[in-house]
Amino acid sequence: MTDTLTPVLSADWGTDRAWTLKAYKKAGGYAALETALKMAPDDVIAMVKDSGLRGRGGAGFPTGMKWSFIPQDNPKPKYLVVNADESEPGTCKDIPLMMATPHTLIEGVIIAAHAIRAKTAFIYVRGEVLHVVRRLRAAAREAKKAGYLGTDILGSGVDVELIIHAGAGAYICGEETALLDSLEGRRGQPRLRPPFPAVEGLYASPTVVNNVESIASVPSIVKNGIDWFGSMGTEKSKGYTLYSLSGHVARPGQYEAPLGITLRELLDLGGGMRPGSELKFWTPGGSSTPLLTAEHLDIPLDYEGVGAAGSMLGTKALQVFDQTTSVVRCVLRWTEFYKHESCGKCTPCREGTWWLVQTLQRLDEGQGKDGDIELLLDLCDNILGRSFCALGDGATSPITSAIQYFREEFESGMHTPSRELFPPAASTLFAQEVTAS
Amino acid sequence: MTVDEVSTGSTGAAPVELVTLTIDDVEVSVPKGTLVIRAAELIGTEIPRFCDHPLLEPVGACRQCLVEITDAGNGRGFPKPQASCTIEVAAGMVVKTQVTSPVAEKAQRGNMEFLLINHPLDCPVCDKGGECPLQNQSMTHGQGESRFTEVKRTFPKPIKVSEQVLLDRERCVLCARCTRFSEQIAGDPFIALIERGAQQQVGIYEEEPFSSYFSGNTIQICPVGALTSADYRFRARPFDLVSTPSIAEHDSSGSAIRVDHRRGRVMRRLAGDDPEVNEEWITDKDRFAFTYATIGDRITTPLVRNPETELLEPASWPAALAAAAKGLARAEGKVGVLPGGRLTAEDAFAYSKFARTVLRTNDIDFRARAHSEEEAQFLASRVATTSLDVTFADLEKASTVVLVGFEPEDENGSIFLRLRKASRSGVKVVAIASHATRGLRKMSGELVQTVPGHEPAALAALELDGDAILLAGERLASVPGGFSALVAAADQAGARIAWVPRRAGERGAIEAGCLPDLLPGGRPLDDVEARTDLAAAWGVRTVPARRGRTTTEIFEDTRLGTVHALLIGGVEIDDLPDPVGARRALTKADFIVSLEVRESEVTEVADVVLPVAPVVEKPGSFVNWEGRVRTFDAVLHEPNSLTDIRILAGLAEELGQPLGFRTVAQARAAMHDVGAWDGERAAFPSKTYEQAPQASKRTVVLDTWRLMIDDGRGQDGQLEFKATARPAVLRASEATLKAFDVEPGGLATLSTETGSVSFPTEVADLPDGVVWAPANSGASLRAALGAGYADHVTLSGGAAS
Repeated sequence: MTDTLTPVLSADWGTDRAWTLKAYKKAGGYAALETALKMAPDDVIAMVKDSGLRGRGGAGFPTGMKWSFIPQDNPKPKYLVVNADESEPGTCKDIPLMMATPHTLIEGVIIAAHAIRAKTAFIYVRGEVLHVVRRLRAAAREAKKAGYLGTDILGSGVDVELIIHAGAGAYICGEETALLDSLEGRRGQPRLRPPFPAVEGLYASPTVVNNVESIASVPSIVKNGIDWFGSMGTEKSKGYTLYSLSGHVARPGQYEAPLGITLRELLDLGGGMRPGSELKFWTPGGSSTPLLTAEHLDIPLDYEGVGAAGSMLGTKALQVFDQTTSVVRCVLRWTEFYKHESCGKCTPCREGTWWLVQTLQRLDEGQGKDGDIELLLDLCDNILGRSFCALGDGATSPITSAIQYFREEFESGMHTPSRELFPPAASTLFAQEVTAS
Repeated sequence: MTVDEVSTGSTGAAPVELVTLTIDDVEVSVPKGTLVIRAAELIGTEIPRFCDHPLLEPVGACRQCLVEITDAGNGRGFPKPQASCTIEVAAGMVVKTQVTSPVAEKAQRGNMEFLLINHPLDCPVCDKGGECPLQNQSMTHGQGESRFTEVKRTFPKPIKVSEQVLLDRERCVLCARCTRFSEQIAGDPFIALIERGAQQQVGIYEEEPFSSYFSGNTIQICPVGALTSADYRFRARPFDLVSTPSIAEHDSSGSAIRVDHRRGRVMRRLAGDDPEVNEEWITDKDRFAFTYATIGDRITTPLVRNPETELLEPASWPAALAAAAKGLARAEGKVGVLPGGRLTAEDAFAYSKFARTVLRTNDIDFRARAHSEEEAQFLASRVATTSLDVTFADLEKASTVVLVGFEPEDENGSIFLRLRKASRSGVKVVAIASHATRGLRKMSGELVQTVPGHEPAALAALELDGDAILLAGERLASVPGGFSALVAAADQAGARIAWVPRRAGERGAIEAGCLPDLLPGGRPLDDVEARTDLAAAWGVRTVPARRGRTTTEIFEDTRLGTVHALLIGGVEIDDLPDPVGARRALTKADFIVSLEVRESEVTEVADVVLPVAPVVEKPGSFVNWEGRVRTFDAVLHEPNSLTDIRILAGLAEELGQPLGFRTVAQARAAMHDVGAWDGERAAFPSKTYEQAPQASKRTVVLDTWRLMIDDGRGQDGQLEFKATARPAVLRASEATLKAFDVEPGGLATLSTETGSVSFPTEVADLPDGVVWAPANSGASLRAALGAGYADHVTLSGGAAS
């Protein structure tokens, strides 16, 4: 079953004005909501739990289980927060989804809010993507007008208000507790856990924080059933998901396929590497997941398979790099990103990324010093598992994995600048046009 | 090993539940809820830390205190090292610190290295060098050489977060202690972390400086030299300083402080650590206001007025004492004694005994402020000898704390901090006041809006339970019936009362009997047995029985000529209820002996001036508002600096009736011998008082108190500190301002027959017909208007003509 595409979320992306309520309803939209509203909230939770849907934001925590952690005897209001702060380098699945069919997400939000008995839901959208914010707001207005949002939705007695909130451009706000701080109007920095958001999240009330794709997957499960969902994917990683293929491939883009597909299959679907190039390394799920090489082309891209290969499925942002790419330069760019985005709260991430960048810059310039590789590994060891949140851990992944697979390139950094070994122009996507002309 | 004597901060607490865990192979039992970092301290292992502070909420930001937890108490360990400052102990937990775990040791060493990469190596010029937690811990847990050879982060230095507090951003390790203190403890979140990554820094909003009465605490808890005080910066090195524990003299909190001096000069003061009193915090006034005795107007030798030139001339001690004794003897017992409210208990005791046994008079009153007979009765019956009936810790356990005539943030910052802490854990704070102050809002307090003077009705309307505490301030003395209503309200509910004076020495002066109808140890003057008991203890035949004069009566009768001489301690004329009358009395008096530290209005007109030691140069005790005796030693030992006790003893000997003590230690022993009265206490007579009149169409009722930072002479010489004072504004409702043609935000003038004073105005939630103005900020209201709390004054728009 893992050899074909299974477009569900992306099925209607090609439809004319797919983002409108009209188009969405024509394609069967909001039917799942009607079904779900007739179900008891606990039954919706049980259904999502039984479907085996796991978080699509990276960690892969079972979605239904997260919902069941909400203490329903807590008198405080419950909140649903959708994490749409998609900012991980390479990750580009939620933004096209929200642009193309925002109602899929909104329908999922209403069903999820009904399940956890939240009367208010938030979608926290990355601030830079104003066009997405506008599209979501327009869709929410449409949905409200049609009676899918607001009070007594479709006569069910369920009330859900949806607030589309624009972030202010900080990667850290994709960390769920920093997101909650930001949503509360504070400076986004991760919170101490426990208490966990399920107990004390937004405004110290029980809160579910889910990724866009996780929530958007819910209507399809309600509509088609858990057997249909379980028919796709692998035993522990059920269902379909969006794989975002980018980099030196012939046809980059979103490939919706069952979990467990391999990069080799996806590359075939994407027309292979760009002409004349061969795979050098790739990330399975964004820059925070340890990079893999051609030897991993056949590992199943599900939570377990990628984990077994020493990386993480992450956001399934498959960034593919060919032989023209300098690993050192690439890792330096990523590390510069982490240095820029470190929130500053904890020492290892704040100071460690500052130091890593300077050391990598030296290697990139061919001015590395004896022991720099060991230094990098030791600094990573002092950051990984020592920082306050996962941002610091993520910053070390590209470095340690790159040294693991391409140590000789770092050694070359002791004497030769990366721009000489790998002229930057060659690895650009327009390189072939440049060389052709 | 069991450690159960961990202070829980109060007496008589319920037995604590203990949890047993293993740290570095040592089994230890600690109270449930203890953090791992503190449990480790109890077995003698100090885990390095920066952001952790016992009085602040855990944050886990600096990551310095990482330990390995191989068993969380459930059989499973944590895969990653954990911040021991954020994890509570659990039964069966197994913790390995840097002592036994190479993982924890490397994590800490690595983290220390990270902290130092962007930290300047300017220890030799840094104020913190020598007492720096970063310096110390990098020596114990860091490595000698850094592997970091690249470019450090730098900032232009320093920036002012307030006039008093300076910030060197490049030294900051971003532990957030200062910002958390400001938010969690002081309630003044005017500093916050801004920017991100290594550019993260402590910042202020451009138009809002770090305006807090408690800002100095952030300097003290800063684990590096990032926050420094403008007046101490670059002045001294810690290892050149001599530190002496002492007690703060600017309010009645009895806060523990540490005074650091170098070569006879006080360089700075720090908060002492006293969990029962001020915890680890003090007010900026207690921290920064210590130069008042060294700004050039200190009296250094005795002065005697030359009858021919009428000028004060330096004299020897024997000559001055002889002249003073001669003058007092000539008055033949018609001497009024005004010791003031800032004396140590021992000094006050010397005044009390001097008045009764040498001058043979009860004309002694420490109250250099508005006072009443009702207040004296209240003090005699309800305050004297009631030691620790209400404590700081009790405030946290009360159901409700009622404030009447008392604004804690301005008048007793330590009580304010404790009440704010209490309010955060559910204690209700109720203020009987004209308006909700910033302090009250920070305590989430409830306002019982009351026109000054109408406190009795507000007190009568309170619904209290037996766990309530009423805190009354000195202003209640200006309200006829105020103390009666206070006592009635408390007695009806079974609630407790504490009286909180503003000055440090007032409570001790009560115990010493510096009141016209109260003898030492709470002995009522009109009780013959009490007098006999005291006479026996003092070794005199009798003590005078005739009721003495109050401060007001002493000045009145001096004007009338029935009091001939005055013996005056630290009294500021403008603090008195009637400064004009007092000045007239000073000119009328035949003979004035002044015991003062600095030149004052009294020393100007005195016949003999005897210089006394400031607090820093003498030992003594302050009795704080709780009735807790706070003993301290001299910080500076100046042989030429004499205590009031020594001088009064000398005078007594000249007058042929020795006091029986000359030193503070002897006076203390004598006080102990006299002891507290075990007989019947003075009764609080019930009497009805007329209600204060409402404001008329032509006048407004004045609400006023002293801001913490104002023109008080104890704050002289500290420019940076005084620059952090709150602006002097007049507050009134919009309707009041409109009714008197005052433009909101514009100038307004208060006037009486005595004079007038102007302030910019600010609209606030006061009742109509009431205005609030600071008592001594820019102008002394008593001096300018002769008016004070609850008095009627005229309000008009614009500046004084």
